[in-house]
Amino acid sequence: MRYIEPHGHMVSRTTDDYRAMAMAGCQAVCEPAFWAGFDRSSAQGFYDYFCQLTQHEPRRASMFGLPHYTWLCINPKESEDLALADEVLAIIPEFMDSPNVLGIGEIGLNKNSRNEMTVLEKHVDLAGSNDQLILVHTPHLEDKRKGTRLILDVLKSDSRIRPERCIIDHVEEHTVGMVLDDGFWAGMTLYPETKCTANRAIDILEVYGNERIWMNSACDWGISVPLAVPQAAQEMKRRGNDAQYIDKVVYQNPIEFMSQSPRFIRPVGL
Amino acid sequence: MADQKNILDLYFLDARARLIDIAAFMDRVDRAGGETDFRYNAYREALKALESGQPDRAEKVLLAFSDPTDEPIPAATTKAACGAWPGADED
Repeated sequence: MRYIEPHGHMVSRTTDDYRAMAMAGCQAVCEPAFWAGFDRSSAQGFYDYFCQLTQHEPRRASMFGLPHYTWLCINPKESEDLALADEVLAIIPEFMDSPNVLGIGEIGLNKNSRNEMTVLEKHVDLAGSNDQLILVHTPHLEDKRKGTRLILDVLKSDSRIRPERCIIDHVEEHTVGMVLDDGFWAGMTLYPETKCTANRAIDILEVYGNERIWMNSACDWGISVPLAVPQAAQEMKRRGNDAQYIDKVVYQNPIEFMSQSPRFIRPVGL
Repeated sequence: MADQKNILDLYFLDARARLIDIAAFMDRVDRAGGETDFRYNAYREALKALESGQPDRAEKVLLAFSDPTDEPIPAATTKAACGAWPGADED
């Protein structure tokens, strides 16, 4: 089996995880910028993080034959401080020409506050001004429905933003419909407790189809499983899905979306 | 598409175990005594979606836990979500 991990926070994972993913058939790993579990105290902390994402992590992944791609932003959990957000937004262009940068992400909302909205709009402007792909984080749990609606409205209000160049991640049963109906891509995150289980993700595919949708592990420093995507693929097989159907969801669809960036190189797919 | 027997063969024991876990969780909460809070109220409300007889139970459960409002809040005072909407007064 071959698959792509389109959303993994590998800076939080061990080298053993890279090895396990490669052995499970992973062909490429893509890492959006995120919250490290604690607040960074200055823009310099983000500068170092962006260096890690664009220089160090690709080298670590290459030890296992894995191409590594990334997305840049200040995440919504650190967007309440508008002054800090402006400083971080100012340094992002310096990294946007790095060879493994696919776009702006994972931007979005966390608690759906006014400041988070302001920073989201600035990220969308940055992406629109530079013709970048967008990867969106939707809020957690009770905040997801409202936040997803607000995010879609921001994206749709900017005429430079094309829905087919945006992936709205962490969809669940109550948000996937609005995302796909508006022409965006949808990402399903496979988490043991929050977001989607493998079985619920497969149910969503049965109900909404397998176009413009992918699965990811979003493995990070919290409760998460780096092999969640190949495990879900195994569950799809158990449920009777054929190899072509599974390959489209876990391999072809991520390639279709990310190939909209000229930096994404189609894997050999061994 | 698998038929119902296929689905039950694959998932019945797992779903049965999860249902017993839900029952045991509710027994545990009741045994603990004290005042209930909005999370447990939302949980009991969400359970009603299971009896809807419609094939959108998962969506209904998620909506039962969701913030139903549409406007941004003035400021984020926490980073974490707790799984149920506490109501407008708590934002």
